[in-house]
Amino acid sequence: MIAGVSTLIVLALVIVLVPLAPGWEAVRASFFDGEVFVRVFPDLLRAFLLDVAIFAWSVPMIFAMGLAIALARGNTNPALFPLRIFGAVYVDLFRGIPVVLLVYLVGFGIPGLGLSRPWNSPYIWGTVALVLTYSAYVAEVLRSGIESIHASQRNAAICLGLSERDTMRFVILPQAIRRVVPANMNMLVALQKDVALLSFIGPVEILRQAGIFKSLLANFTPYVVAAVIFLCVTVPATRYADYLLNRDRNARS
Amino acid sequence: MQDPRLSLRGVTKSFDDVQVLRGIDLDIAPGEMVCLIGASGSGKSTLLRCMNGLEPVDDGEVWLDGVDIAEPGFDLAPVRQRIGIVFQSFNLFPHMTAYENVALAPRRVLGEDARDRIEALFVRFGLADHINKYPDQLSGGQQQRVAVIRALAMRPQTMLLDEITSALDPELVGEVLDVLRQLRDDGMTMVLATHEMAFAREVADRVVFMDQGVVAEEGAPDAIFSAPERERTRKFLASVLR
Repeated sequence: MIAGVSTLIVLALVIVLVPLAPGWEAVRASFFDGEVFVRVFPDLLRAFLLDVAIFAWSVPMIFAMGLAIALARGNTNPALFPLRIFGAVYVDLFRGIPVVLLVYLVGFGIPGLGLSRPWNSPYIWGTVALVLTYSAYVAEVLRSGIESIHASQRNAAICLGLSERDTMRFVILPQAIRRVVPANMNMLVALQKDVALLSFIGPVEILRQAGIFKSLLANFTPYVVAAVIFLCVTVPATRYADYLLNRDRNARS
Repeated sequence: MQDPRLSLRGVTKSFDDVQVLRGIDLDIAPGEMVCLIGASGSGKSTLLRCMNGLEPVDDGEVWLDGVDIAEPGFDLAPVRQRIGIVFQSFNLFPHMTAYENVALAPRRVLGEDARDRIEALFVRFGLADHINKYPDQLSGGQQQRVAVIRALAMRPQTMLLDEITSALDPELVGEVLDVLRQLRDDGMTMVLATHEMAFAREVADRVVFMDQGVVAEEGAPDAIFSAPERERTRKFLASVLR
């Protein structure tokens, strides 16, 4: 009740006060133009499908790479110590560089080596940049999941005569992956947004398409439309991730 | 005397600065049931874990059927198939059904689809109705019996049992002890760390009293429980039997 009243008051204040700002008329005209909204919406939605496609083919690669790096970092075999080093450097490197910078460096740098079509495509190297960054994060999430499985599980498996490899594959990993599903869901939400960074190196996806419309119509409304389209996907996805996280917490307590 | 199945000579083990085992000598004959008793922290669990190489020993020898498995670099995987171990906290795999828990090792290690044999084990130990349930759908006593079946499915020659009734509600202890009685009747070689003194007295061939990392006294159960020779054995028994 109190929450409802206070929400109403704040809402009323915003609605009354914001239009009183001196620049409001100009802002409304350039950001919230209904006509422009209707005109650009279908094209932006179509452009968004490209974002979805890039997202869709990145995800399996991110998880495959993330798992490989997590296992490389987690191995305890002294002979495979170089692999551990490699995993640690990989994670430090690609977690430490801003995604947008990596998109530029990989997306412009590698085709600049003089590769011929189709190997100079920004789709390929933009995707590679996303995979490098996000697999580094996913590797850390998976590693924390693996380490959260109690040592007694490993002991039980080893004592049955299972090999280290089978112990990881059948006993540790299935439990670890289940445990980090919520954290990985949040990762996917972030990835979905970062796909738009590929617009900087060429692909005409939603952000670039919105920029084209902005120049064409001399109006910023296309950016608002793009934001709305993103929210339609990311809000339900975030809520679902929260739901999974809560369910997990309740199940364990 | 027959050649021992398992033979420990001068086994020591420390964790950081704490010396948990201070020179253990012990022989286990084939088919023998040995109960380890002693206060918490006396080294019973560590001793069991050294017997199958789960904890590497600092010094000493662990002979299994005439082979020293405590040699550094010894491949322990085949040894562990021959020695089953069951833990206090069950340690079932929570993401697998009872059946899958049991079937995993025979399938991966022995390359054997042991369905008939495994189902027979579930029937024998009164769990036929629970074979497809997950561990969290089972009571503690049922989970522990599944853990015993899981170890038995590898056809071990020796079973190590680490306080397997200590985490159970009192009314569930009996069903697990019944399983051990059956194994004993089969002639299974068993080493059992336990706080169940009455059970030890009933079924053990030999009782080993451990105190501060050494075997303080060992002998037939009647001798240990009725007429302990050492003062500290008497003290311990007085404190637990009351």
